[in-house]
Amino acid sequence: MTTTGLQHRFGQYGGQYVPETLMPALAELEAAWISARNDELFQAELGRLLRDYAGRPTPLYHAERLSAVAGRKIYLKREDLVHTGAHKINNALGQALLAVRMGKRRIIAETGAGQHGVASATACALLDLECVVYMGAEDIRRQKPNVQRMELLGATVVPVEAGAKTLKEAVSEAIRDWVTNVEDSHYIIGSAVGPAPYPVIVRDLQRCIGDEARAQILEREGRLPERVIACVGGGSNAIGAFTAFVGDEGVQLVGVEAAGEGIDSGRHGAPLAAGGRPGVLHGSLSALLQTDEGQIAEAHSVSAGLDYPGSGPEHAFLRDSGRATYVAVTDGDALAAFARTAELEGIIPALEPAHAIHYVLNEPSDSQLDLICLSGRGDKDLAEVLSLLGRS
Amino acid sequence: MNGLERIAEAFSAGGKRAALMPYLMGGYPDLAGSLAIGNAYVDGGADLIELGVPFSDPLADGPVIQGAGSAALAAGATLKGVLGVAGELAARVPVVVMCYSNVILARGIDAFVDDLDSACVSGLIVPDLPIEEAPATLAACEARGVALVSLAAPTSTDERLAEIGKLTRGFLYTVAVAGTTGERGDESGYAAVIERVRSHTAVPVALGFGISTPEQASAAADAGADGVIVGSRLVREAIEHDEPAEACRVLVERFAEALR
Ligand SMILES: Cc1ncc(COP(=O)(O)O)c(C=O)c1O
Repeated sequence: MTTTGLQHRFGQYGGQYVPETLMPALAELEAAWISARNDELFQAELGRLLRDYAGRPTPLYHAERLSAVAGRKIYLKREDLVHTGAHKINNALGQALLAVRMGKRRIIAETGAGQHGVASATACALLDLECVVYMGAEDIRRQKPNVQRMELLGATVVPVEAGAKTLKEAVSEAIRDWVTNVEDSHYIIGSAVGPAPYPVIVRDLQRCIGDEARAQILEREGRLPERVIACVGGGSNAIGAFTAFVGDEGVQLVGVEAAGEGIDSGRHGAPLAAGGRPGVLHGSLSALLQTDEGQIAEAHSVSAGLDYPGSGPEHAFLRDSGRATYVAVTDGDALAAFARTAELEGIIPALEPAHAIHYVLNEPSDSQLDLICLSGRGDKDLAEVLSLLGRS
Repeated sequence: MNGLERIAEAFSAGGKRAALMPYLMGGYPDLAGSLAIGNAYVDGGADLIELGVPFSDPLADGPVIQGAGSAALAAGATLKGVLGVAGELAARVPVVVMCYSNVILARGIDAFVDDLDSACVSGLIVPDLPIEEAPATLAACEARGVALVSLAAPTSTDERLAEIGKLTRGFLYTVAVAGTTGERGDESGYAAVIERVRSHTAVPVALGFGISTPEQASAAADAGADGVIVGSRLVREAIEHDEPAEACRVLVERFAEALR
């Protein structure tokens, strides 16, 4: 094991607020990731899978008709084109390979929109691992096609009936499973959240988004974008898109959260934009929606992937340091951008990145060159969106 | 007597082979009801009480304690209300509060431990605060004579056990099996778990997680436990009975009997 460990804190945020039972597993995971990260064979295997199996690098697409509407040049980083249809596969493949390396043949995952569940089930099918996915009963209802995909891929989908029956409860149940089966199981967390070292591992595995996009836009435009914009649920596609640009002072980083029925309504999923107080959820300290007494509040969003009261600790740090800005877009606006993108570009985005697209199309800015992370495609959302738009 | 001294006395007194520490969900079914159940625990022979502060997302708890916690919150339980119950019970036996990190942080660590001190609470258990994250809480507890009780798990390495055994105050909360709280059938591993932690600590060793019958409690004492913690089984007794206090008193008596 290397003596220098992975980063556990981002300013005051992060840490390892978990039961003692998990602490040795977190240490094992950290050591395994440090060694895998430096292992050329592991990197070559992951690189091969990302290229030949998942379809990386993804294109950077100049969206001319969206650009015309916004009055500035917009590029989309096409994570919707990767295998399984969202950026989640980048993380799932990497962590599943890591599980094999650690000798753990049972995989636990949680999922909100179902994209991380599908990505994990896919990686497990490929690598012949057992896969158990926890999913809130409400999300099972609104993301039905993904449940069917997971089952076809051989995963067991366990409905979670507690609380609001969405992502928060699914993560809690996944962690409880891990506490119970930690000896033979690896928990593939689906976003840049959770106890250290997860936020760093997920960032390392998702940073290919920004690394590729940075090189692609330099080649096309001969300069860096003025803004990089991504939606934020737990924050994995956003941290993946931001990381390559954090050192580029002139590039604004904008995270778009779910304003749900409006920030003022209290029914939203925007702990960063709404100034949520620091608190502990799912093993780390970060900005959180909570009551004065420290009970975690329920989030609300039309998009299951953004329906989460917590946030990745590095985002809370980027917000406080002023390096990134966090804003929020309502359910109604995201639905409108979903339809608009389909009509203008022939691309059906997932509801999650539709929040980011709405922000770019409608909020005034001096920027002349925007890069949006189109984190996934919207097939999973079709039935729900059409019924909400009254078209079904 | 400060909290540490009261806990030490409770572990040595009572004439049992091991001290009996039942878990009580504060505010379940409501504040008055939980106080009545707590008093019934003492009447039945409890030597200490572990008093849970309900939390919306209790990662270390199985379905029974989760359910009671949600019901307590729905019935309007607050930290202040639960500490009121603690204050009443602390007049009879030492009370050790079990509370998740976020509730403590929301109050502020120092203010929270002040509240414990004012309620005459003897100890604090934080199931999601491993030793790495504990220094600020430990300092606040030390300053007020409140025992910050650490947990040891079957998965803890010897290196960690040595550190945990040194840092824990009052007693060492030894988790019998990897997992969440909940009733379990198997007591065959108790002796090995206790033997492993014993050499790492000078304070009493209490065993918890899964102990659900008087026979298992007896087996824990046989295996060398200085204290036995019974949680989900008693919370379930409260959930399933119309007169939970009386039902719990009878059951606690049976556990106490098994430890004589
Ligand atoms: C397409 C898509 N984008 C974004 C998200 C939000 O997650 P994160 O913030 O981790 O990128 C999800 C989550 O399910 C998703 O499916």
